[in-house]
Amino acid sequence: MTHPKDPPPGMVEKRGASLWISHIIMIAGVLVVFFPIWLAFVASTVTQAEIVQPPMPLWPGDQFINNYREALFSGFNVPVATMLLNSLIMAMGIAVGKIIISLLSAFAIVYFKFPGKMIFFWLIFLTLMLPVEVRIVPTYEVIANFGMLNSYGGLILPLIASATATFLFRQFYMTVPDELAEAARVDGASPMRFFWDILFPMSRTNIAALFVILFIYGWNQYLWPLLITTDPSMNTIVMGIKQMFPSGDDLANWPVILATSIMAMVPPIIVVISMQKLFVRGLVDSEK
Amino acid sequence: MEKRVTFKGWLLPLCLIAPQVLVSAVFFFYPAGQAIWQSLFIPDPFGLSMQFVGLGNFEYLLSDPYYRTSFLTTAIFSTLVTLASMIPALFLAVVADRLIKGAGVYRTMLIWPYAVAPAVAGVLWLFMFNTRVGVVSWYLGNLGYDWNHVLNGGEAMGLVVVASAWGRISYNFLFFFAALQAIPKSVIEAAAIDGARFWKRFWTIVLPLLSPTTFFLLVVNIVYAFFETFGVIHTITSGGPQQSTTILVYKVFSDGFVGQDLGSSAAQSVILLLVVGALTIFQFKFVERRVHY
Repeated sequence: MTHPKDPPPGMVEKRGASLWISHIIMIAGVLVVFFPIWLAFVASTVTQAEIVQPPMPLWPGDQFINNYREALFSGFNVPVATMLLNSLIMAMGIAVGKIIISLLSAFAIVYFKFPGKMIFFWLIFLTLMLPVEVRIVPTYEVIANFGMLNSYGGLILPLIASATATFLFRQFYMTVPDELAEAARVDGASPMRFFWDILFPMSRTNIAALFVILFIYGWNQYLWPLLITTDPSMNTIVMGIKQMFPSGDDLANWPVILATSIMAMVPPIIVVISMQKLFVRGLVDSEK
Repeated sequence: MEKRVTFKGWLLPLCLIAPQVLVSAVFFFYPAGQAIWQSLFIPDPFGLSMQFVGLGNFEYLLSDPYYRTSFLTTAIFSTLVTLASMIPALFLAVVADRLIKGAGVYRTMLIWPYAVAPAVAGVLWLFMFNTRVGVVSWYLGNLGYDWNHVLNGGEAMGLVVVASAWGRISYNFLFFFAALQAIPKSVIEAAAIDGARFWKRFWTIVLPLLSPTTFFLLVVNIVYAFFETFGVIHTITSGGPQQSTTILVYKVFSDGFVGQDLGSSAAQSVILLLVVGALTIFQFKFVERRVHY
């Protein structure tokens, strides 16, 4: 970090006691933020009896395999393995679907002149404004009328109907030097050839960054799958956890519920941690 | 808007843009139009016909004490979530920024909760504060505080606020940290040489330089609190007790799907639509332009 031109350290950066206080504050912050996940993990490795006798232990027990096996292969209404698969299909469908339609429509908007272009542009722009939560009732009716309740199409399609990704790719295409398209045209390459051979490879980083954001967005959906998957075998894991709570005053089966919660967190956490750089970049790109 | 160099033809671009337009039309514009249309009607008790009532649903809503309470609840909830997620994030980012070594490790550790779905976060916090088995509520009980968010509306609100703010701390931290790292060290050094102490530097230099980021995060967090916290509310309180945590989005759901009051639910959707529209325009007008480091 120290650069030859930097002034000597110590003026602003802290040393000695103050430095240690900073580290202690950060560690405390991390521990506090981390505590709920740790507690859930511990609870997913002990027996129900240990939990209902508060305070529960703060160190993992020996029931890890039992609890996770029960959740994965039996579950309550449906095995968690099925819900994991549904979540994976939904998240991948949303991420891949949205990226494909956005790449193409941004290409059309930036690289062509065609009748009605401005109308389309503004129509797409309008979709930026409405989260699915706001239009749930009529969207539900559309899906019901198409007979798409309890289907992957019904889970995925309404959530790719927004233009955030189109705008991202539009911004990116605008920064691509004009000379590339010019050269392609002079060489007689078709527009699609230009798209595949030049534009698509250049967009790889943006695509990957957006994929991380969209995958998490899709995986973490709650309200929409709650409405349209009445058949337990189509439940996604994030919405399925709530269905595991007993109605009324019965005691919830916490070890299995929390084992399911941990499994619901692991895929998006892996994506975020393993692709941290892309993730931060995707966040900054897609929000600004 | 477009390139100097463009390709010829109009059939190809129309085909390229068709999937996006089609999906938006069927799953976005048609439902949004339906929401506006339905908000002008009330169905008869048997659901056989619709009666046109003009703005009747809106008039009814705005005079409905439950709806007004829900508005107030949403305002309190989103203010608290925004503050509870931004202040700790800024604090941690400022501390992390002072570290030469290890800041990256802390960042990695702090990112985790962002990946946790709001509904799952709800389950985790519900577990900690559960009145029967919760660890935190047990310790509170030992300290003589009888925690019961099932009966106490204020405690229920506190719990959904904390559960909603938790994952957002990661998000806000990332943005604050990135913005802090982008401030040239020489600016800070210059102030230090002039004798400005840490707090003075923070208030007069760092905070003003962070204002574009702060402003942006304010809008984004309010939008989050309005719309994306449904999962937290649904898993922890289901809007209770006595509707004390029924935010507007939850009310659209409970009136529309549980109560089957489609006209009112549609009118509520339209009002929310106006709220998002206003926030989006606000963001574009005032935030976009100012986000330049």
